[in-house]
This record gives sequence, structure tokens and C-alpha cells, in this order.
Amino acid sequence: MYPARFAYDVPGSVQEAVDLLGRYREEAKVLAGGQSLIPLMKFRLAKPARLVDINRIPGLNVLEEESGVLRIGALVRHRDVERSAFLRDRYPLLASAAPQIADPLVRNLGTVVGSVCHADPQGDWGSVMLALDAEVVAQSTRGERRIPVSRFFAGPLTTVLEPDELVTELRVPQPLARPFGTYLKLERKVGDYATVGVAVHLELEDGVVRRAGIGLTSVGPTNLKAQDAEAVLIGKALDDDVILEAARRAASAADPTSDVRGSAQYKREVVRVFVTRALRQARAARAA
Amino acid sequence: MERTITVTVNGKTHTASVEPRLLLVHFLREVLNLTGTHIGCDTTSCGACTVLLDGVPIKSCTFFAVQADGRRITTVEGLARDGELHPIQQGFKEEHGLQCGFCTPGMMLVAKALLDENPNPTEEEIRWAISGNLCRCTGYQNIVKSIQWAARRMREAPAAGR
Amino acid sequence: MATKIEELGGVGVCLHRKEDERFIRGKGQYLDDIKLPGMLHMEILRSPYAHAWIRSIDVSKAKALPGVVAVITGQDLAAHNLAWMPTMSGDTQAVLATDKVRFQGQEVAAVIAETPYIAKDALELIEVDYEPLPAVVDPKKALEPGAPLIRDDKPGQTTNHIYHWEVGDREATERAFREADRVVALETHYQRCHPAPLECCGCIADVNPATGKATIYMTTQAPHAVRTVFAMVTGYPEHQIRIISPDIGGGFGNKVPVYPGYVVATAASLLLGRPVKWVEDRTGNLISTGYARDFHMRGELALKGDRIIGLRVKVLGDHGAFYADAQPSKFKIGLFHICTGSYDIPAAFVEADGAYTNKAPGGVAYRCSFRVTEASFLIERLVQTAAYELGMDPAEFRRRNFVRKDQFPYRSALGWVYDSGDYHRALDLALEKLDYARWRREQEEARKQGRLIGIGIASFTEIVGAGPSHTFDILGLKMFDSAELRVHPTGKAVLKLGTRTQGQGHETTYAQIIASELGIPARDVEVQEGDTDHTPYGLGTYASRSTPTSGAAAAVVARRVREKARKIAAHLLEVSEDDLEWEPGRFYVRGAPEKGKTIQEVALAAYTNFPQGLEPGLEDVCYYDPPNLTFPFGTYAVVVEVDRGTGQWKPLRVVAVDDCGVRINPMIVEGQIMGGLCEGFGIAAMQQITFDEQGNCIGSNFMDYLLPTAWETPRFELYETITPSPHHPLGAKGVGESATVGSPAAYVNAVIDAMAHAGVRNIDMPLTPDKVRAALEEVGLAE
Repeated sequence: MYPARFAYDVPGSVQEAVDLLGRYREEAKVLAGGQSLIPLMKFRLAKPARLVDINRIPGLNVLEEESGVLRIGALVRHRDVERSAFLRDRYPLLASAAPQIADPLVRNLGTVVGSVCHADPQGDWGSVMLALDAEVVAQSTRGERRIPVSRFFAGPLTTVLEPDELVTELRVPQPLARPFGTYLKLERKVGDYATVGVAVHLELEDGVVRRAGIGLTSVGPTNLKAQDAEAVLIGKALDDDVILEAARRAASAADPTSDVRGSAQYKREVVRVFVTRALRQARAARAA
Repeated sequence: MERTITVTVNGKTHTASVEPRLLLVHFLREVLNLTGTHIGCDTTSCGACTVLLDGVPIKSCTFFAVQADGRRITTVEGLARDGELHPIQQGFKEEHGLQCGFCTPGMMLVAKALLDENPNPTEEEIRWAISGNLCRCTGYQNIVKSIQWAARRMREAPAAGR
Repeated sequence: MATKIEELGGVGVCLHRKEDERFIRGKGQYLDDIKLPGMLHMEILRSPYAHAWIRSIDVSKAKALPGVVAVITGQDLAAHNLAWMPTMSGDTQAVLATDKVRFQGQEVAAVIAETPYIAKDALELIEVDYEPLPAVVDPKKALEPGAPLIRDDKPGQTTNHIYHWEVGDREATERAFREADRVVALETHYQRCHPAPLECCGCIADVNPATGKATIYMTTQAPHAVRTVFAMVTGYPEHQIRIISPDIGGGFGNKVPVYPGYVVATAASLLLGRPVKWVEDRTGNLISTGYARDFHMRGELALKGDRIIGLRVKVLGDHGAFYADAQPSKFKIGLFHICTGSYDIPAAFVEADGAYTNKAPGGVAYRCSFRVTEASFLIERLVQTAAYELGMDPAEFRRRNFVRKDQFPYRSALGWVYDSGDYHRALDLALEKLDYARWRREQEEARKQGRLIGIGIASFTEIVGAGPSHTFDILGLKMFDSAELRVHPTGKAVLKLGTRTQGQGHETTYAQIIASELGIPARDVEVQEGDTDHTPYGLGTYASRSTPTSGAAAAVVARRVREKARKIAAHLLEVSEDDLEWEPGRFYVRGAPEKGKTIQEVALAAYTNFPQGLEPGLEDVCYYDPPNLTFPFGTYAVVVEVDRGTGQWKPLRVVAVDDCGVRINPMIVEGQIMGGLCEGFGIAAMQQITFDEQGNCIGSNFMDYLLPTAWETPRFELYETITPSPHHPLGAKGVGESATVGSPAAYVNAVIDAMAHAGVRNIDMPLTPDKVRAALEEVGLAE
């Protein structure tokens, strides 16, 4: 309940922030929503010597389309995504996932970027970003680096970020046409981590899949991209056998552990069930 | 190591010198002596510590006091005005929305934020809005009824629920 | 047009609660809200190991931290004979570990500092050298030869076996099983769960060095009993101990035991001459305080045709490292032997064994009514199973076997005399309100479409109001309770009781009793509980006992006061007592009703114009020794739909019929029932504390120990029947725990019912999605 002591800085610009991170590196942690970091600090599982609070930096709450991408700034809260009407149409996967993050109170403070940087394999946004082929934009005193999310996660709670880097935004490619997207999350209650989460993003043209993204939550050491499942969908219509095969491949791609939420086999079954349901939903939506 | 912060709580501005690690809930309870905000867990799970930050409900146990510098906080003590109960408070009494009372401040503040934005919520919307607040006594049904009572009252007499 | 009783706020009125006024303003006075001048803060260091020798503890660095005032270890306490304390079950429990730690989370040392932040900093500086030992977390394994010995501190304890206990007629039961034409068995583990009230436990110990008076603010449901236990354990004079139980944010049995933190804080205050506050965090609460259940049960029904002719039960209780549950001393497993339930079973036999394991102590808690949750669950699950085996409708099977209304008072084969009941009526009402026949048709239709719907019933009989002195005591203290009523000259009154509310609405309901009996409006009656210096002795509030004991005492004391009031009224009206009639709030002359005196006028006269020879004042006290327990009952009916792909299930309807006799405040009664139905749902669906092989606790925080939110919790439809208790002065029974006792089986029966047609008979609680899907896979129903 009582965090250890730390020094505290409130930079007023991205430049100030990266200067601080450049100077203090591993000793410093970025504080945005704090809804993952502060709980760890209260258990003293995290004891950063310094917190760099980026909440006062203007411009980091950008949430808009620009030059072919949707920009999600570092201070965009889960709640902002949940309430955005235009995202519901253009980015239905984002709209579907947002209300399922944690609980309403945590969503008021927690940030999308923060969640992705936290890199919890049980975190939902990572799978969503994998399904959307998003890109991480990281700033440091050395300049800007763009990292595809598919190469961002290195292991549980570990990313490829350098200690002096600050992620300022995520960039999601604009869909070609009106996409289908859904996030199916098996949680034992509101606020629980996913037992299994499946993010599906599809772009169809005349009933044929042009782009497919499938991200998996809580079934591996990181969020996983079910590439083989995605591949089998490209160029095909959503027939029963195509759906079956995609679901089967997604379940094989899962690498879950057995724990109190269920056996590894159970979790693979749920991946299969969820992918099947999502693809059937996409087919029904297209028919409607 | 201490920082000076200025926080407006229930309309009153306070200046204090605090350690950065001091959680907002402890600042409210121990420094300002506003003990209506409660602590029920240590994993940001229960919502007993809910306060409004610039009108938005947050868990004050997962927020540092220093982050509240220059911000406006509303606690349960700020619901009544000049001794007159807010319709939400009245609703909880009318509809037996509390038993031990420990979760009640958090529930009422979430209800205020909800009704300020959505004056006529469905039961589903109410249950969804309070899904970050645990109650062990009531089974939630009367909490829902309390909020519905308040919503009706506030629609009838909008001045009552500012 | 309001009746007189409605105006007064008497029994039966849905009076708004008086206590709400402070809570809705955020002005409750919970333990952690209290601040005393000079107060220090205590934090406890807990063992990371489930079983380990303590080779050494070095507190020097912790002591040296600025702001730290003291660091206390088991050795320090041992010097004052305080390292161990008695439990409420006649065992001993470590206050701070000396030789070994015996469960993960066990208290090892305490830091007292100027702030809790500093205290927590200091905890990190304490160096403990542990030598880990093999842990045993399975009570069956604990009883195997060669299992690690946990209680080597107890002379003569050579195994992990605690007790063997039997009740019933073994011979008659064996005979019944020989005569049976079918035996139905069920083996089930009622999982370890935890009451988890939203407010954690804590205390402020303030031993005044000048006066010697020890004032201890404590989250306790039983302040008087705790005071006496403190006095007996420490030798501190009882009149110098004052326990104050402030507003409590939920108890549910979690706040009955005496926890090590209370003892250490008191010792620290005595040592330091300053108040010491200890408030545990949620992890401490879940990992070390009184958990609930953890009962391994095997039940068998002997059937002849569709009649149950015998019940045989074998229980293994997992008690953790210390046998510390609070229950009436005669019964090792509480009131479990109510397990014949609502059924007329001629022969029954229960045998139980208790085992130590490397887990926290406890077992009797969480609205269990002294193990009635376990008993009720077992019989209702057995009865459901029997119905399936017989191919009978589960409702009809229950009807055929219920105790009939004309059989009350009913003596069960295990020795209880049920006071009153009408089980058929409650069941019929529940099924009518549910529209049972329609849902059976829906179930059929759904099955054809590949959907799984289930209907579950539980018809429970509760046993509350502990209890009559011939049978009930805790640590020798008989389980009566009390009410002291004093009427002031201006007609207002104060009522003090030995019970202690934690949200049940006592400040309102007890006042309603006085309103009905004495005609003083409920709003004019102040109810006081919780301060041992100012209230009459009682055993506290748990096991739904308040209405049956102190509620009765309140009625009796009001009647006594009314009898004295009659004398004064007669004096004022210059008639004889026999010429007076009573209506709520007023005596009047028979035949001349306009000549009367209100109770307020009588009250004033008690101080200003009382008859010669009569003692002045208007007050009395009643210590009520109940002649029997009371037996609330009911039927819960639940409809669920099960997801064949994920194994998730959700309730579609929850219908509850409760009979708790006369309802003093129906609104409060319904609140209690809904709370219990929610707890039952949580227990059935998601709540459990488990341990891995090393004894690591999984479930020591709210990320792992899951409590339902408003989103998962279903809507409840409440109905009632009213069968008064023949022996209670108001005809009331207790109700606080009925729904927690009765509803888990209803939810479980519903889920099983969705799959019973394919042969599924049991899934142990909690029915988490993975377990449900596993059951579906086994019978080929999984998606």
C-alpha cells in the first residue's frame, strides 16, 4: 500500500522528457496513466528511483487520422477510445476492445500507449495492435524510431525500447474500406485479466478477405500474432471450411500455460471458439 | 524531496508540502482529514477510494497527490451543499442502497459522474458504470434503484443536482 | 392513512435507516478514520514461506531507521508470555512466530513507526533467516503417515490430526443403508473462500500510562467476548479494558476472531505509552485472517423408492495451521448436523475429522451460520443428484421428502428441534413465481437448438440464534444476549445491546421493536452497541443471532418497562392497573378511552410523580437465554444458460422465497437476502483461495480472489412466506445468512441441470468456465 520513495519530474515538453530519460535511463520510469505502474509500486515490485510524469505535455493526446494513419498519442486514455464515435465506424476493433479494458475507473486514467509499453501478455491492447499492424513511434535524444508492433514485444513485460526512449504515439494504418473488427475476451469478471482474448480485424472487398489481423491475449509469453491463421484467410471468402481452418491454426499458434484460469488445452479451445465466432460474425455482418 | 502542491478539494483550495510517493487517498484522509474516502484493497480492484478528478471518477489509491497539483477533486464530503443532501445521497437512503456504508461514497461519486452526463441511464448503463466498485453487502440491486431514484429526482428538479 | 404502528415506525414498517445519515455524508467513523493524539502506526512482517524454521531475525537496521519507534518479534512477546494465545476452539495460535512459521503470510514481526509509510520502509530492512521445510496443503496428505508435522509446538501432538467427532445413530443409519434399494453418493469439496468485507481488520490500542485503562478500538463483531478473552489471556484486569467497536465496514464473520495484530498492537501500546494503530492491508486480510469453508464432504443417501431413509456423511475439515474457528464449544464442526436439511430423514450419521495444514487458520466464517453453508450445500446437492438417479423431477422429489407442516416442532435424526416451517409452501411459491413449467419447456426447446439451459432449486433450512445455555457456549461463555432500555423524562429512550451491527441496520430495527412494544417512535430511540463500558454483556453479532437473541431481549425488556409504566399510569389516572388497557403508546381506562396517559406522560411521571413505594425511573435490562434456536427456511430457484464453447454460464432468473418469520423491517430483510444471493453467486461462480504444492497462496488479493461486480451479478426476485417462530417473543427468526447458506446449491444445481441429461452429476465449486467446459467435453456437449 505504500510505495518506496522516488524523485519526481514533470516535464513540459517531449524534449524535456527525453532529456530526463537520457540522463537517468534505467533509474527512471515514465508515468502516464499509472494504472499498471502504480499498483506494482504499491507492492514494491517496482521501485523506480525517479518518475517522469508526462501528463502535462501538450499534444500527446492526439487521436486523429493523418496521412493514412490513425495517430494514438501517448496520453489517449482507454476512455477516449471508448467514447469516440468516429472510431466505432472506422476502427471497430478499437471500439470493441476499449470498453473491455480493466474497469470504468481504470479506463479514465490508463492509456493505450502505456498499456502497450507495459507489454503484459495478458494485456488487451497489444493483441489489438498486432491485429491492426500498428507501429510504435519512440523518441529519444538520439531522434525518432519507428517499430512495428510485431517486433515490439520481447518477452513478458519486456519490449525492445531502450531505457532512454519515450513512446509518443501509436500509428494504425487506415483501413482500405469499412473494416470488420471485434475483440472477444473471456474474463471471469469485469476487471479480471483475459483468460483468453482474441482480436480480429478484417478488410473485405466483395466478400473476399483482403487484409486479416488476428492477435491473441494471455496465451503466450507475449501477445501473439496468429500469422498462419491470417494467411489462410487472405484472398478467400469466409466459407465454413475457411473459418474452421483459420480457427484451428490460431489455436495451434497459441502457446498457453496451465494455471488457475484453466489448462493450456482449455485455452487453446477457447482461442478456436473465439476465432470461429468472430469470423462468423464478420460473415453475418457482411450479409446484413 | 517534498513538493508543494495546490489542490482544490470540494471547492476549497489547499496548499501542502508532500512526498511524491504519498497516494492521493492518503493525502485526502490523513492530511486533509477527509475520511469519507475509504481504502478497501491493495490491487486497484475495489473502488472504495473513488473520487472525482475534474469531474471524472478515478481510484485515488492509484494516483499520487503530486499529480493532483492544480486539479479539482470532489469527495463524498462535497456532495451535499450547505447541509442539503444531493439527490444521489437521498436516493441511497430512500432505496436502502447501503448497509455497512463502506463502498457508498465511491458508488455515489460514480453515480454523480454518470448522471451528470447521462440523466436517464438504463439499468445496464448503471451496472456498467459501477462495475469498478465492489460492494459486499447489498448485492447491488438497491444501489441501482438508488441511482434510478436520484436520476428521476434530478430530472424533475435539475437545480438540485448540480 | 397510516396506522399507529406505521406512524411509530414499529415492527413491519420499511423504515428508512437512521444510520444512513452519517454514511451518506461520508461521516462514518470506521476504525481507520479514528485518530488519537500521539498515535503510532504498526505494520506486520509476514512470512513468505508456508513452512520454515526461523533461524534468526535481525531487526537492527529496521530499528535504526528514523521514524521507527519499536520493532517487536516473537521472542520479545515470549518474554511476557504473549507469543502464543488461546483460540476460540481451545487450541493455541502464534501471535508472532517464534520457532517456525506455519503458513504463508504468518505474522513474524511488527514495526511501530510515526507513519505507516516509514513502517513499511522498515519492514524491508528486517532480515529473517528462514530454513524452508516441506509444506503440506492437502488435508488428506496431512493425515498420511510421514506427513510433515505442523504442530510440533504442542506437547503430545504427533500427527496433523485435530479431532474426530461423531453425531447421530451409526447403527440405525447402517441398517437403513442395508435396507435401501438405492444409494446415491456425492463427493464434493466446498472450496476455501473468504468473507472479504470491504473494510479490512484493524485496531487502535490505547493503553493510558497514567490511568492504566486500556481502550482498544477494534473491528470486532463481539466486543464483550473479546474483552473477557483479553483479560483471561493477558491477566490485565477486565474492568481496565474497554473495547470499542466503531462503525464496521462489513463483518461476515471475518471480524470475530482475535487476530495477532490486535494483541501485538496492545502490547506495543502498553510498552510505549502511546496509542498504536494497526490496519491490515487486503493481502494481510486474505492471506491470514479467518477464511471460510474448506470442507471435503462425502454424502450418501439411502433410498427406498422415492423416500430418503438414511443419510451418511463423512467430512474432512481443513483447518490451516491453528484450530481457530469460533464456534460453540460442544460442536467441533459447528451446526453442520443440520445437514438433514428440510427433509424427514429417519436415520442419519455424521463423522468428521479435522486436519492441520500449512495454511492460515479459520474455517467458520462468511455467513456460514456455523458450518450450515456446508451442510445445506451438501444435502441440496445430494437431493438433486438423487432426483436425477431416480429419473424424477427435482422439485417433486423434494416434495415427497420434505418435513411436513404438521410435523413441527420437528425433531431431526441428528437431534435438532425445528421450531416451525412450511417447506411445501415456499417451494410451490418459488416455482410458481419462476413459472417452472414454462422454463422446463424452454429447456427442451433450447436443447433442440443446441443451447443449454438449466433450472436449479435449493430448499434450505437454516438454524440460527445461538443459543440456549444448555447447549451453547464459546470458551465457556454462554450464548445469551442482552438489551438495556432506559426511558428519559421527556419520553425519548436509549437502548443498549450486547450485539454489534456491521451493516445489518441494528440502529433502526431494534428501535422498531421498542416502537411496537412501548409506543415510543423509533426515531426517539437511540440504539447503542459496541462499547463494552456502556453496553450490557453479550456475545455479539454473527451466525444471524442478533434478532433471535437481542431482538428477543429488546422485546422482553420493553414489556418489562411497559409493566412498570402501567403502574405509573394507574397512579396518574387514579385507577387500578387491572382497569387499564394498552394501545401502542398509550394506557387508557377500560370503558372510558378518552381517559388515558401516553407513554411520554408516564415517562415524565417516572421522574416527577411516581407512586410511593415504587422505585423512580423507567428502565430495565434483560439477559435473554433463548429456549431454542430458530429455523428460517426457503426455496431458491435459478435458471442459467451455459455457453458450450467457453464454459461460461449466466443466471437468467433468480427467484428467492424466504421465510424468516415475522419481519421487523422488511426492507432491511430484503437487503440482507440480496446481499447473500450475490455472495452465493460469487461462491458458486468464482471465489476460491488455493495453494500450490509449496504452500504459496493463490488468492491473497482481489486480482486472484474474485468478487462479483454489478455487471455479473444477476437481478433477484424476492418473495416471502411468514411462518412465525413459536418461541420468539416477536415470532421473528434470523435471516442475515439465509441466502449465503441456501443459494450456492441453487446456482450449482442449475448449471448441472443444464448438462444432467447427458450424465453430468457434479462439478466442484467454483464453477469456473474451464471446469464447466471440461464437464461438457466429457459428455460430448462442448462446442
